[in-house]
This record gives sequence, C-alpha cells and structure tokens, in this order.
Amino acid sequence: MPFQMFLQQLINGISLGSLYGLVAIGYTMVYGILRLINFAHGDVLMMGCYFAFYAILIFSLPWYFSFLVAIFLTAVLGIAIDRGAYLPVRKGPRISALITAIGVSFLLENLALVIFGGRPKPFYRPPLFGKVIEWGDLHFLTLSLWIPFITLVLVLLLLLVIYRTRTGMAMRAIARDMETVRLMGVDVNRITSITFALGSALAAAGGIMWALKFPQIEPYMGIIPGLKAFVAAVLGGIGNVIGAALGGFLLGLLEIMLVALMPSLGGYKDAFAFLILIGILLFRPIGIMGEKLPD
Amino acid sequence: MHPTRDRILTGLSFMALFAFLYWAKGNATEYQIRLMNNCAIFITLAVSYNLINGICGQFSLEPNAFVAIGAYTSALLTMSPAEKQISFIIEPLIWPLNVISIPFWLSLIVAGVVTGFLAFLMGFPVFRVRGDYLAIVTLGFGEVVRVVANNLQTITNGPLGLKGLVPHTNLWWSFGFMTCTLFFIWRLTKSSFGRAMKAIREDEVAAEAMGIRSFRYKMMAFTVSGFFEGIAGGLLAHLITTISPVLFTFFLTFNLLIIIVVGGLGSTTGCVISSVLFVLGSEALRAVEEPFSIGPVHVPGIPGMRMVIFAVILVMVMIFARQGIMGRGELSWQRLIDLLRRTGGLLRSRG
Repeated sequence: MPFQMFLQQLINGISLGSLYGLVAIGYTMVYGILRLINFAHGDVLMMGCYFAFYAILIFSLPWYFSFLVAIFLTAVLGIAIDRGAYLPVRKGPRISALITAIGVSFLLENLALVIFGGRPKPFYRPPLFGKVIEWGDLHFLTLSLWIPFITLVLVLLLLLVIYRTRTGMAMRAIARDMETVRLMGVDVNRITSITFALGSALAAAGGIMWALKFPQIEPYMGIIPGLKAFVAAVLGGIGNVIGAALGGFLLGLLEIMLVALMPSLGGYKDAFAFLILIGILLFRPIGIMGEKLPD
Repeated sequence: MHPTRDRILTGLSFMALFAFLYWAKGNATEYQIRLMNNCAIFITLAVSYNLINGICGQFSLEPNAFVAIGAYTSALLTMSPAEKQISFIIEPLIWPLNVISIPFWLSLIVAGVVTGFLAFLMGFPVFRVRGDYLAIVTLGFGEVVRVVANNLQTITNGPLGLKGLVPHTNLWWSFGFMTCTLFFIWRLTKSSFGRAMKAIREDEVAAEAMGIRSFRYKMMAFTVSGFFEGIAGGLLAHLITTISPVLFTFFLTFNLLIIIVVGGLGSTTGCVISSVLFVLGSEALRAVEEPFSIGPVHVPGIPGMRMVIFAVILVMVMIFARQGIMGRGELSWQRLIDLLRRTGGLLRSRG
C-alpha cells in the first residue's frame, strides 16, 4: 500500500474510530454501574439524529444550536428510559434487565418507524464540515478532522466529570460496590440517571457526527454503530472509559484497513467486528484495559 | 400422579389434533391452513429455543442464524437443477450443489443435522462466556450468518436469495415435525439430562460441585436446539417458497424471544400456548396497520404499529409479570382436571 493511500485510510479510520469510541463510552459507563448491556444505546443514537433533524427542519434553529438541543433531548430520553423501563426491573434477575433492554431497543426503532416514517431522510451538513481539503493526493472533508477533535474534547470533559467531581466519584464508587455506596447515603438512582444522561448525550453527539459523515438518517441506522461500539467497548475492557475510546479507535482503524488491504472482503466488513469480539472473548476477555474477568 | 392416565390423555389429544387436521385439510380456507402451519412452525421453534434459554438458562440470541442455515440447506437440496440455473444469474452455484436434488423429508433431516453440527461447533467458543456476553456473542453469530448469506454468492445467491421453491410444507409435515420435537424435548427435559440442565440454570457453580459437567450439558442443549430449529427453518422455507437474507434478521429472534418470555422462560407447554397466541395475535393486530373507520372518523393505517405493541408487551411482561403465563411450571392433566372440578363445583354450588 503506497504511503499516500495509507495516510488517507488512516484519516478515515481515525474519524470512524472516534465515532465508535464516543458511542462505546455510553455502553461502558452503563455497564460499569449496572452490569447491564444497554441494547437500546444504538437506538438512542438514532433518536438523537432525528431530534437534530427536526430541530433544524421544524424550528429552523441554527445548526449548532439545534445540535445542542438534540443532545439535551437525548439525555432526557436516556433518563426516561432508565426510570421508566430499567429501574422497575433492577431488583430482578439480570436476564430480565437484558430482555427489557432488547424490548426498549425494538420499541424505539419501531416508534421511530411509526412517527418519522421508514424512508431515509437527508441530513443537513453545515458548510463548515463539508469543505474538501486537498493535500497532494490526499483529499478529505473538514469533517474528518473535526470528528476526532470534538471526540477528544468530549472525552476530556467526561474524564473531568468522572475524576474531578463528587458525582463522578459516586459513579466510580458505585461501579465498585453498589450496596456499600447506598449505605453511605449516596442516591444511587440519581447517579444512575446521570450516567444514562451522560452516555446518551455522547451517543447523540456521536450519532449526529455519524449523520454528518453518512448524510442520511433512518430508523434502523443505530443498529450497526451500536453493535460495533459494543465490540469496541469490550475490546477496550468494558467498564473502562479510556479503554472504550481506545477500543473504538482501534476497531475503526482495523475495519478501514481490512477493507483497504483486501477490497474483495468489503462485503464482510460488518461480520469482521464480531469475529474480533469472539476472538477477544476467547483469548483476552478483559480487553485491553480491563481489570477483572467479566462474569 | 397418574402417569398412565396422563399418557393416554396426551395420546388421545394428539389423535384428536390429527383428526382435526384431516378434517381441516378438506374444509379450511387456504388462509386458515397457512395460519395453522405458522403455528406449528413457531411452536417447533419456540420449544427448541426454550430448551437452551429457559431450561438450561443460557440466554442466547442465535435462532435466526440456525433458522437461516436450516432454510438454506434444505432449499438448496430440494430445488431442481434447472430451477437453480434460473435462480443463480450472477454467479453459478458451485458443484455438487448444482446437480443435487433430494426428497423433501430427507432435506429436512439433512438441514437439521447440518444446523445441529454447526451449533455444536459454535458451542465451543460460545460457552466460554456467560450471561450478557453469551447473548452478544450469539447475536454476533446471527449477524455473521446473515452477512455470509448476503455475500457468498456462489452458494446462497447473495441478496437475491432463493426463489421458486416447491411449497412442500403442508399440515402433515409441519404438525408431524412439531409433534416429534415436542415429544423429544419433553422426554429430554424429564430425563436426568433435563434435570442437569435445570440445575445449571439454577446455580452453575453448585451444579458443577455436584458433578455435573456444565459445558457438556450446555453443548447438548445447544446442539439439540440447533437441530430442531434447522428443521423448522427448512419447513419455513418451503412454506413461504422464497428466502433471502432479510428474512433472517434479529427480528425473527426477537419474535421468538417474546414468545418464550410470555409463555414463561423454562416452560415447554407455556411456549406452546404463547406461540399460538403470538401467531393469532399478530394476525389480529394486522388491523391496526390497515386504514379503518370508526363512524365518521377515518383512521389511516400505521405501518410498524404491530411491532411497537409487541415491544411494549415485552417490556410490560418484564416489569409486571416476569413469570409469563406458566412461569417455570408445566400445564399438566392433573392441573386441568383440578381446574375443571373446581369450576364444576363452583357452578353446582351456584345452581
């Protein structure tokens, strides 16, 4: 592979990987606290895109403001899902929570289908992100630089919340031992809701950037990024925020490079992530940065 | 406990079922027969899915993969060489599949064996993990099978799928295989193997401590479940006569999951009841997707509304009635007779 092409693929891989990373953080945070795979995470991402779409279309807000509104609404949706569906089953067996999550995922997809219609909608790409940059043989959208940059900023902000605030301290403590933390007088349900809000907000941010990159949205658009991000979260070591971001980068790069090196396997791209997942679970179930064996 | 009486009653009721089918063959409409076939296939699928999820307690999400493998295997084996040549327009089917054509019943058995064998192979990596991870890995296998079906042009004909299958599946085949599956899985769950599986479901560590090799029993449940789901896949393929990768998405697994959860995870009879409810219910709910009028008010049809309702039902069952219809219990003749006596007594005391 010539160096030019390698650089080109590297840029593509990093921007795709950042998106996986952002979404993966949501999985990892919820899993860290509740030991629950939030199946609906990818669909929350999809809802975020629709919120942004309608904020621009109906309320004709400027795009940056409508994106913020969409991220806020998605965070509220995350809290609503936690309170409405997950909280009532939290005391039951873990499998019930998982089944509930699958149910919520289907509910969101089909609700979106009913409300927004099944036809893909074109997503507005602001000129700031749409310019093509050319360096020699390299050419890419400004978006490809913005995505990693925004991701980096968001991850740093999140780390600040987790490691420098009392709420973050409570989150980390709950991930260790929920019952003890409850006895210490921490409102576990409140912290859980905040976790869902943060995870969903990041999913919305990731989703909006996904929609800018592949500029159309439809009710099932969340499934593939959702599944891939889950793989990224496991790759990085589930429960670990930095690990999730790294896992996302790695998965994005691997996927792009696989297709670049072996174009004939392009159709199998979506299966590739799962083969990686099976590989990790077989050989290093704790992932890159994980601490203990998942159960 | 009256084992002999129960056996006779069960035998009689199956005889009654087949007598009814004989009658239905001549008298029921095509639509009703289609629904009955659907019921039989969904019962076969749900009962075998319940074996691994409910009885053995290994929450997995792979039936769409198994059904797909079974459907493709059996379809490729029954299609005539001429039909295959017409279907495979982009790239020809590889040898020897392009010349083989075998009877329907044999193709179903082969579909079951192939699916069972693949389930066995899948089991090695899959049962290295537990709980949520098991769910995701099996879901991943489902995706891999779908992606392979989409891309392996020379075997599956890619996104075009296989068309023009002979509609071999009739009431005898579907209910015949349903009866075999029910009989086999019922006997299995009542045997020492079944008790070992239930022990693993309740507490794997304790079961291991009692000398149960959990890996072996999980593999057994997975393989058996794969075998019957493969057969059901073959039946399904020859019922709808056209198969393509879009048929075997996670959607299929989701439907089966609703069935076994509503029936009661771990209850074979519960699964039978809820399969019938599901097939009839989804037909009844077709109404909400079609336009209808209440007096002067005209309500346009809402496509997709059925799945919204099903998803809400699933979440509601999880929140308010986690046990489903039967919980982990089974419907037995004794319970039915007691129920009849009680209602009889109640009626007498009133009258």
